[in-house]
Formats: sequence, C-alpha cells, structure tokens
Amino acid sequence: MSRHLDIDVAIIGGGLVGSSAALALRGMGFSVALLDKGFCGAQASGVNYGGVRRQGRPREQLPLSQRAHAIWPRLKELIGIDGEFLRSGHLKLARSEAEMAALEAYAEAVADQGLDLELVGHNGLRERFPWIDGSILGASLCAGDGHANPRLVSAAFASAARRAGAHVLENTPVTGLTRNGKGFALEAGEGIGLSARVVINSAGAWADRFATDFGEPVPLSRIYPSMIVTEPLAPVMTVNIGMEGGGIYARQVERGNVVVGGERGLPLDDPDFSRPRGAGALAIMNRTAEIFPALRHAQAIRFWSGTEAAMPDRNPVIGFSGTTPGLLHAFGFTGAGFQIAPGVGEVLAELVRDGRTPTPIDAFSITRFSRPPVPPENHDRTSHGSGAGPHPEPQSRGAST
Amino acid sequence: MSERPQPLIVGAGPAGIRAAEALVAAGLCPLVVDEAPACGGQIYRQRLVQDGRSTKDLYGSEAGKAERLHAAFAALEGRIDYWPQALLWNLRDGVADIAVGGTSRRVAYDGLVLATGATDRVLPVPGWTLPGVFTLGGSQVALKAQGCAIGSRVVFAGSGPLLYLVAWQYMKAGVEVAAVLDAAPASAKLNLIKALPLDPGIVLRGARFVAELRLRGVVIRSGIEGLRFEGEGRVSGVIWREGGRERRLACDGVGYGLALRSETQLADLAGCAFRFNQRDRAWLPVRDAAGRASVAGVYLAGDGAGIAGADAAERAGERAALALLEDRDLAIDKARAVTLEAELARIGKLRDALETAFPFPAHWAETIDDATTLCRCEEITAGSIREAVNRLDISEINRLKAVSRVGMGRCQGRMCSAASAEVLAAATAKPLDAVGRLRAQAPVKPIPLALQLAADLPEAAANLPEAAE
Ligand SMILES: Cc1cc2nc3c(=O)[nH]c(=O)nc-3n(C[C@H](O)[C@H](O)[C@H](O)COP(=O)(O)OP(=O)(O)OC[C@H]3O[C@@H](n4cnc5c(N)ncnc54)[C@H](O)[C@@H]3O)c2cc1C
Ligand SMILES: Cc1cc2nc3c(=O)[nH]c(=O)nc-3n(C[C@H](O)[C@H](O)[C@H](O)COP(=O)(O)OP(=O)(O)OC[C@H]3O[C@@H](n4cnc5c(N)ncnc54)[C@H](O)[C@@H]3O)c2cc1C
Repeated sequence: MSRHLDIDVAIIGGGLVGSSAALALRGMGFSVALLDKGFCGAQASGVNYGGVRRQGRPREQLPLSQRAHAIWPRLKELIGIDGEFLRSGHLKLARSEAEMAALEAYAEAVADQGLDLELVGHNGLRERFPWIDGSILGASLCAGDGHANPRLVSAAFASAARRAGAHVLENTPVTGLTRNGKGFALEAGEGIGLSARVVINSAGAWADRFATDFGEPVPLSRIYPSMIVTEPLAPVMTVNIGMEGGGIYARQVERGNVVVGGERGLPLDDPDFSRPRGAGALAIMNRTAEIFPALRHAQAIRFWSGTEAAMPDRNPVIGFSGTTPGLLHAFGFTGAGFQIAPGVGEVLAELVRDGRTPTPIDAFSITRFSRPPVPPENHDRTSHGSGAGPHPEPQSRGAST
Repeated sequence: MSERPQPLIVGAGPAGIRAAEALVAAGLCPLVVDEAPACGGQIYRQRLVQDGRSTKDLYGSEAGKAERLHAAFAALEGRIDYWPQALLWNLRDGVADIAVGGTSRRVAYDGLVLATGATDRVLPVPGWTLPGVFTLGGSQVALKAQGCAIGSRVVFAGSGPLLYLVAWQYMKAGVEVAAVLDAAPASAKLNLIKALPLDPGIVLRGARFVAELRLRGVVIRSGIEGLRFEGEGRVSGVIWREGGRERRLACDGVGYGLALRSETQLADLAGCAFRFNQRDRAWLPVRDAAGRASVAGVYLAGDGAGIAGADAAERAGERAALALLEDRDLAIDKARAVTLEAELARIGKLRDALETAFPFPAHWAETIDDATTLCRCEEITAGSIREAVNRLDISEINRLKAVSRVGMGRCQGRMCSAASAEVLAAATAKPLDAVGRLRAQAPVKPIPLALQLAADLPEAAANLPEAAE
C-alpha cells in the first residue's frame, strides 16, 4: 500500500491532545492528518482516571486549565457525546492540621484565578459528606470540577475530527520526519508519505524522540499510574475525591463502580506496557475501605495502568520548537493532561493559525530545558501547600522540590 | 536444594494432581493451590458433604479414575504444601499473589505449572439470563457437589459431549429430562466414525447415553435453530426451530452450553505468547509438546491450555512436570515422556474428530437479536455492541471493550468474551482471529477491597522518579 497526502498540518499522536488539536484545526479550515501508531485514544488519554480537575494545579497551568474548563460542558455539541462528564465537584481531603494548612495556603495563592475554592471544616464534612471517615480533618472543595469517562471522550474527539474532515490514520506509526524546503516530509505506516507545512508532536510518552531528532532533547521519563475499579455499588460518593499530600483519589461513576488511583505500576519487558503492582494495589484498596466505610465490603474487579510522559518540573511542553520552524510540541503532561487537553488543542490551533495564543503558555516552552535553570523561589509560586506524598493523584504541582 | 523456592502448581484437577505427583516422585515439594475446597477439579469434583452417594453414583463410568486420582492426591499429603480455597489472583516476575484464609500471601516460586482448567462456553440466546437457565457445567456442578437438580423437568440444549453426558446423569439421578436439543446437525455425528478407532470406549459410551435417553422417551433433536428460553421471572419453556417449524416445550430448568473455553488469564499475566486455535475458536497460550510455555519456567497443562478432556489433562500434567524436572537438569524417565506425548497426540486427534461431531454453531452469532444481553455483568446487549462497532468503526476486541464496557464487569470477560468476539467478527465480516484477544488484567477474579496483605515478601518499588508527582 503506497499513498501520499499533502496537507497543512500533520499531527503525530491521536491522544486527546492530538485529536482535539485536529478538531480545532478543521474548524479553522486547515487540512489535517492525524496519525496514531495504534488506535486514537488507546494510550494515556483513554485509560486515565478521568479526573477533570483544576484544583491542585500549579498556578502557571490555571489559565490553560480554565480555558479547558469552559470546553468540558460543551462536549455534546463539540463531539456528539457528553463523555459522562459530571460537574460533581472535587474535594481534596486533609488528614492533619499541616495538610489543612497546605490546602488553605493553596486556596489563598490561587484566589485570583477563579477556582472558587471552598474550605470545609470537620463539622461541615460530617454534615455534607457523611460517607467520608471521621478521621479526615477537613477539605477543600472546588465545586466546578468533576470527572468524565476517558474511554469515551478520547475516542470521540478523534471520531469528531474524522467527521469534520481530518484524515485519521490509525495503526499508522510515524517512522520518519524530516524538514524540507516548504515544510516537512513524513513517512508513516506501510508506504504512506505525507507533506505538511506544520507538524504537531503530540506523541505522548513517545514524543521525546521527535524532539531529539530536531536537536532539542528533553528529560522525559515514563510513569505508569495504576487504577483499581470496584464492582458496581449503590451510590455513595457525590464528589471526585483527592487527598492533600497524596494517598488515594477516587470517584464513583454513574453505573456505580468506584475507580481508585494512587499507585504506580511497573513496566513490563516492553516498556510500552506496564502492570499494576499487586501489593501496591492492595494497600490502596485497604486505604479506600478505611476512608470510605461504605466500601468496606466491596470487591475490586480489575486493575489497569497506563503509560504517561513525565517532565522533571511536572509541567508539560507546549509551544513552538526552539530549533525548527513549523514544528510544535505538546507532550509531557505528567499525569494531569486529561482535563487540560481540550484547551491545549485550541491553543495549538491558534499557534498554527496566528503564530500566538492569548492563553499564557511561556512556562511550558521546550527551551526551558536548554536554558540554565531559574532558582525555584523566583517562579515557584504555588509550592507552599503541596508537600507531594509518594502517590498523589496524577497532577502537576509546579516546581516543588 | 531447598535454597530454590518451591514450584507452584495452580489447580488440583486431573492435570495439577498428576503434575504434583511427578514432582514429588523426583524429590521436589511443590505448593498446590486451588480455589475449590477439595481436590478433583471439574470432572472429579467432590461432593461438599457426605450424602450417601457412592463414587459410582457421582462419576459413573469414570468412578475408577476419580478414585485413583483422589487417592493419588491424598498420598501426597505431607510431601506437598496444599492450599485449598486459595485464589491465585495475580502473577508477576516469579511472585504470585494468593488470597487464602482472609489474607493475601505473596509467594515466590521457581517453576510454575498452570493447570487452571476450563469453564463453559455460551453464545447468548433470548432468555439465557432467566433464573432457571444454567450452563451445562453448572447443571453438573449442582448435581455433583450439592446433590441437587436445576429443576424438576429439565431441558438440555447446546453442543459438545457434555450435552448428552449431563442429560444422562440427570436422568440417572431420577430427574425428568424433557429434551436434548443439539445445535449440530444429525449428519455431524457421522464424524464419530473417525473417532471410533482412536477411542472406541468414548464413542460407545456416548452412543449408550443417547440410546438410554431415547429408551426413556427423552426427546432428542438435532440441527436446531432459533433457540430461546421463555418465562416470567423464571424459565417456563424452550422454543426452537427445526426444519422450518417452530417447536415449544414446557420445562422449569435448562442446562445450556456450547462446549468449553480454557481459563487462560494466568498464562496471560505470566507473559505467555498466545496463538489462535481454530479448533477451540480461541487464543491459547503457546506450548510445546511437553507443555513448556514461551516463558522460561512456565508450564501449561490440561484444559486451561486447550480443551482436550480429563484423560489428556492427567497426562499433560505429568508431562509438564517432567519438563520442569528436565529443565532443572534432574533425571527423568525419558521413555515415559515419549509415551505421554504419543498418548496426548492420539487424544488430540480424537478431539479433532469430536469437534467435527459436536461443532460450534458459529452462525448463531449473526442471528443473536439486538435486544439480547451479551455481557450480563455490565448488561450490554448485542445491539449496543453492533451499534458501537458501526458508529466508531471498531474492529478489535479490546477497543470494543473500551467503548462498550463488554467484558469489563465482575467476570472480566470470562463468560462473555468468546461470544463478543464472535459477534464482533460477524458484524465486521472478519475471521474470528482477526478481531484479536481480550487482554487479561489482575485480579483474575474479584477480591475484597479490605483484603489484607500478609507480611510474606516485600514487593519491588515502582519506578518512582524521586517523589512522584
Ligand atoms: C492511569 C492514568 C491516570 C491518569 N489520570 C488523570 C486524571 O485523572 N486527570 C488528568 O487530567 N490526567 C490524568 N492522566 C494523564 C492524562 O491521561 C495524560 O496526560 C493525557 O491523556 C496525555 O494525552 P496525550 O494526547 O499527550 O497522550 P496519549 O493519550 O498517550 O497520546 C499519545 C498518542 O501518540 C501515539 N504515538 C506515539 N508515537 C507515535 C508515532 N511514532 N506515530 C504515531 N503515533 C504515535 C500513541 O499511540 C498515543 O495514542 C492519567 C494518566 C494515566 C496513564
Ligand atoms: C463445569 C464443568 C464440568 C465438566 N464436567 C466434565 C465431565 O463430566 N466429564 C468430562 O470428561 N469432562 C468434564 N469437564 C471438562 C473438564 O474440564 C476436564 O475433563 C478436566 O476436568 C480437565 O482437568 P484440568 O485439570 O485441566 O482442569 P480442572 O479439572 O478444571 O481443574 C482446574 C482447577 O484449577 C483451579 N483454578 C483455576 N484457576 C485458579 C486460580 N486462579 N486460583 C486457584 N485455583 C484455580 C480450579 O478451581 C480447578 O479446580 C467439565 C468442565 C467443566 C467446566
């Protein structure tokens, strides 16, 4: 099979980032090819926990996160399904005075960002969330946050892009990418060639290779957050739960299953694949049964884990290449890309069309890895309130050290 | 020698028992785990309480084999570690997670024999989830282990050797058997001629079952189509088509099944390579004639590695154990290994012939009506699967699972994945092997959230680049 496509924009990677960019670009009238080595939305974007959460993000991510926040309730008109998005609220629990102080400090630090955080004391918790164990001291509620079904959302963005006229090529790995006079030449799948004016590298945990190829290596590592899901249970949990300082995070889906995270899996021999650790999963399960007494007799029916790209400063790389005109990067979401991805897609489309975006993204430039590091106190404005424990909810927390 | 961890055998059915016996004979002390409260596996399952029935009552013509096998296992007492009622729920890097006695133990092993057996295979038909409708195997378990029948007037339907066997066992137990409805055309049974020289005993026994059922006036029909079960709140009748005419029969219990499917999740978790097997219409872990899997130190035996029946399971269990010993450079009886392999090859040919006599009605997958539930855990209908296939252009089973939840429930696809693969293949007009294989995840069966970890063995830390996110 040999085939050639001549398009404006080639997107490498059909996760939520690439798919939402494809849809936004089609909306602007660009011709687009969206390529995935497997199925669109089958990697991190389709297997994540499903937390649609702004609370807890470092300050520099909040404008982008707010932009995405406006997109989530519009999924139905955008991609044809609501993706089971539920604006349930996100409640972050504190087990100690120190953790409560951290939540307070965070609320203060981002007070001007429009998250409308509400601090809830012990009595308030007992009253409003009686299903949470009494040992929890207090919490911070972000009523506008929620959760959604990643399996549905990610695939639906790619389908919507296809319906909007994007060439969606699945099972088509990009194997060659070179810059030529007018733009780029790509080799993909079996005998497919593409010419594109612009290339977006949204290849998730595999994106570093395309940065390295253009002379800008990045310190990308892989993490494997792992998940547990219970059998369907009577409705108990009314909000998406996180914990200050790590621990567990949990949400109950409409069908009744409770999804729990807080553990990291281990890669298999082929590092593209991973599996949860048995004992690690048990520890998370036990903790879940303690914090939510109603789940004490519940059964876990399945574990899974996914492959995610992590950056050392826990911020993604978003924006133009520092070396190569026409090349854009968007990867390295470090366990927290699901909520912001639809916003990232719009930003990428603006960058293609206008060369700039009204949403501040300077903190995410790839060139930060080639510059000498900035001392933490100069830009880390949210690290107070975030003593990241061993396994907090996948989320970015600014350059805490 | 006790420096090396014990070999681990999963399953105390015919395959697991013979494997344990061979390892003990060579001086090893394996750990044998089985979910069941007593040894015997499926076919030689023991009754839960002594209820006055003899082994002859329970196992019929196979009573001698059952007694020998139970005795062989009893003789291993003190020379093996045996954990009954123990669920092995996860495997990784030479360590097994086993839920037993209310805690979860982590056990390091050196050499793993997977003798996990099989479960019933079904294709959904209207009414198959009604109370009173059981699988064929389930009907037999009720009789063998609990000593009770699934109804007072019972119909058996489907395909496979178990169909006639269980009907006959019910009749012998004094239950009224209203009919045996065979999905295979009568002409298929002519293929038994090919099986006759390979194992006259089995073929003649089957013929005797049919003759005795007929003699007692049991209706036996072949080549049935359009099977469905009806009833309000409980099954009250069976409907089927035969030569273009619709037939109906009242009953209060149904045993339904289309032969068996191998329990392969542990082989998957152990990292074994799989290959599609046309005869079983299933992906099976690859093994050599001795039972070695693609992963060093993992051995596969019995119905869990491909359906071949109890006699083959005994031999495969022993052969796999010999392979484990050979791989440890321990002396084995080479002639015995050759004999076992030859017998297994003969039984394999017999299975080929039996499969043509009791063929799987693959064409039923196309005609399952849209309203019929396919995945009972997640309550997914055949129609919603077809809709997902068309709307999202799905052609692979794991993608189908992701978008439709089929196989995501309590059973993790153990009950529905064979059927959903058939429906997906039919809906996309692809051969069955082209739609792929549902990947297994731990835990292989549900485990309690509150299950406590026993302090046996620490676990490798995850790849935490300093303090995670
Ligand atoms: C288990 C888990 C739980 C998580 N929980 C949350 C959460 O609750 N909330 C949250 O906000 N975030 C969460 N995340 C993070 C979030 O899922 C990711 O940050 C986000 O999905 C990243 O999207 P992506 O499009 O960059 O990557 P991906 O979805 O991984 O997409 C990258 C795609 O690129 C393709 N690709 C790679 N190489 C090539 C090539 N050479 N040619 C063609 N295609 C290629 C891949 O096949 C893949 O489909 C979680 C992640 C995981 C793994
Ligand atoms: C319900 C049923 C009834 C059958 N009846 C007959 C019959 O009457 N006649 C006949 O010829 N054949 C029958 N068969 C076919 C039967 O599979 C074989 O004849 C024979 O039992 C295969 O032996 P085996 O050792 O391979 O597996 P099995 O006898 O099935 O033994 C496997 C054992 O492994 C255990 N096990 C599996 N997974 C785990 C785990 N994760 N953790 C712990 N333990 C585990 C199971 O509890 C089981 O005891 C039946 C099969 C089924 C499913």
